[in-house]
Amino acid sequence: MELHNLSKPQDLMNIDLNKTPETPWMDTPVNFRDGTYIYPAAGKNLKRLGLPNPREWSPTDEDWKLPDNWKEIIMKGLKERLDKYRSFRLFMDICVRCGACMDKCHFFIGSGDPKNMPVLRAELLRSVYRNDFTTLGKMLGRFAGARELTVDVLKEWFYYFFQCTECRRCSVFCPYGIDTAEVTMIGRELLNLVGLNINWVMEPVANCYRFGNHLGIPPHGVKDMWEFMVDDIENITGINVNLPINKKGAEILFVTPSGDYFADPGTYTCMGYLMLFHEIGLDYTWSTYASEGGNFGLFTSHEMIKRLNAKIYAEAKRLGVKWILGGECGHMWRVIHQYMETMNGPADFLEAPVSPITGTKFENAKQSKMVHIMEFTADLIKHGKLKLDPSRNRKVRATYHDSCNPARAAGLLEEPRYVIQNVCEDFFEMPENTIREQTFCCGGGAGLGNDENLEMRMRGAFPRANALRHVQDKHDVNRLLCMCAIDRATLTALTHYWAPDVSVGGIHELVANALVMDGEQERTEDLRGEPLNEEEEE
Amino acid sequence: MLKDLLEKQRDAVVDRWKQLLVGTYPPETQRFLKTQKNPFANPLGNSIDEGLEGLYDNLLKDGDIEKFSEFLDRVVRIRAVQGYAPSTAVGFVFLLKEAVQEILGQAIRENRLYEELLTFEQKIDSLALLSFNIYMQCRETIFEIRTHEIRNRTSRLVERACQKYGMPQEWADTEETKA
Repeated sequence: MELHNLSKPQDLMNIDLNKTPETPWMDTPVNFRDGTYIYPAAGKNLKRLGLPNPREWSPTDEDWKLPDNWKEIIMKGLKERLDKYRSFRLFMDICVRCGACMDKCHFFIGSGDPKNMPVLRAELLRSVYRNDFTTLGKMLGRFAGARELTVDVLKEWFYYFFQCTECRRCSVFCPYGIDTAEVTMIGRELLNLVGLNINWVMEPVANCYRFGNHLGIPPHGVKDMWEFMVDDIENITGINVNLPINKKGAEILFVTPSGDYFADPGTYTCMGYLMLFHEIGLDYTWSTYASEGGNFGLFTSHEMIKRLNAKIYAEAKRLGVKWILGGECGHMWRVIHQYMETMNGPADFLEAPVSPITGTKFENAKQSKMVHIMEFTADLIKHGKLKLDPSRNRKVRATYHDSCNPARAAGLLEEPRYVIQNVCEDFFEMPENTIREQTFCCGGGAGLGNDENLEMRMRGAFPRANALRHVQDKHDVNRLLCMCAIDRATLTALTHYWAPDVSVGGIHELVANALVMDGEQERTEDLRGEPLNEEEEE
Repeated sequence: MLKDLLEKQRDAVVDRWKQLLVGTYPPETQRFLKTQKNPFANPLGNSIDEGLEGLYDNLLKDGDIEKFSEFLDRVVRIRAVQGYAPSTAVGFVFLLKEAVQEILGQAIRENRLYEELLTFEQKIDSLALLSFNIYMQCRETIFEIRTHEIRNRTSRLVERACQKYGMPQEWADTEETKA
């Protein structure tokens, strides 16, 4: 090539300050680039669940092997859902495209891709709704923002509905209260009808359906992992903690996400539960049947949520407990708090939860009969029932990431902060517009937290990371706390890329570090097996 | 002197540089990047602002490599995961040449400052090399995280299995491999 044939940098970079896109958004097809899409569900997993169109395929293939009547199936499914969910029909009708949500999505902020604006993400589906279900759309077509459902549109749905973490940050800002997460949920339900789903969701779902937990670990395997933790705890504290499993007649059934059994740093949080329950002498039990609090049915369909969640009440009934306690989990809490009683209830065989240690009645859980551990532990601390030595966490300079589901969906805002401030001396909040109801997602919820999608996750993680780096620079923060198993996994990748000197962990890990246990040996190590004091490290 | 011109027209040159960089994003996004000033609501726009301003100021006062790397990192780290070709991800550095030409071209010609311009542009070239280092480091980190995630997913399970049932023959040390 001769030199004059090589473009100038600005031409190579395709810069155009006054450009309009070459094609309108409705006609701009999706480009599936490695690192930004998720591998499709393996046929075997769909077969195990009895879901339609099991096959092997790839989003990069031209032919997605859809059923011949795919369009009919989607349209029928859309009609059914419009009739069934008034909220959905409302969300399809009332958006005035004011743009309040436009710049609130972490994926838009981090990627700059306009189709990640919540309004446009919903418009992907809304345009088809207008075309086939509204008079104006039928008459005016494009002019009324309507478009026909084609294979390209379906591909666009697959790409963008699996680029939404259902975190609901956009809904906080919508003057009409449109919940784009619910639009995504319906979008995914429709995709599922023709066999368009992702393996990171369907494999845990299939495993959960058969074994009760995401990894498909059989009961003796789960028991083994808990025993492993009991050994570790004994090494650190000198105490052999109680490990009740499938204990009939226990007062409380404890259910937590299985992610915390197998992968660090979740395992330390799980050890924290074991230590806390032992110390307060709680009459409780673990279950190898309800061995998973997480519910990837939430990322699949309403039917699947119900199907997977049924085990929790069933196990509570089988074991004859009085009420249920849930571990540090994010999306599990949305299911428990907002769907469980309606879907799997009534739980009239259980009692309204009362803390056996403090006597506190958890009025808020009267209906579902299930309490979040953060409410439980905050109550213990408030009543002075725990002997705590926060100086054992003195190496930790913490900030707290509000996990989307417990914070935004369920309002658990004060309890975690109260617990953290009682077990850790140095706590710093991230900026106001990035926490509590306005918290930024980790970028990996709702089934997106897989390794093949890492580049997209890092885009989505950027707003959270930016706020984290701010407190890292300003206050030397070195620990990002969260109360969600997905967060504990995905934030670890986030900090690795964006804020390398910050570690991630759960809150009960710090509770257990600080917890002064009856008869314990002098603690020299924290739950991670690291020295408690800087001096000992040298 | 070129330096005086660059100092005097700092805001105009940096603004033009930012405009050119923002021009690599879709039009709907450009508006957002320019107008939302809250650094936590618009971390991308903020990184671009702080990154380019920091680079420019350090070019004028001959800052050290650490400073340059720090400001380059602000911009490169995010562009490395935004789906751009490597050239587009790091090529924003060269856009400073374009911005200087546009804003100061006439003054440079009138005052015959070509030699100084050449020296200045050489520094820009070095910045581009530096940004390529950062870009590669970012991409390598991405792959490192991927392998780390896959390993960590079941690490405890494998550890426990080895502890309980013994390590598979193939993994265990033999007499020859023992340290």
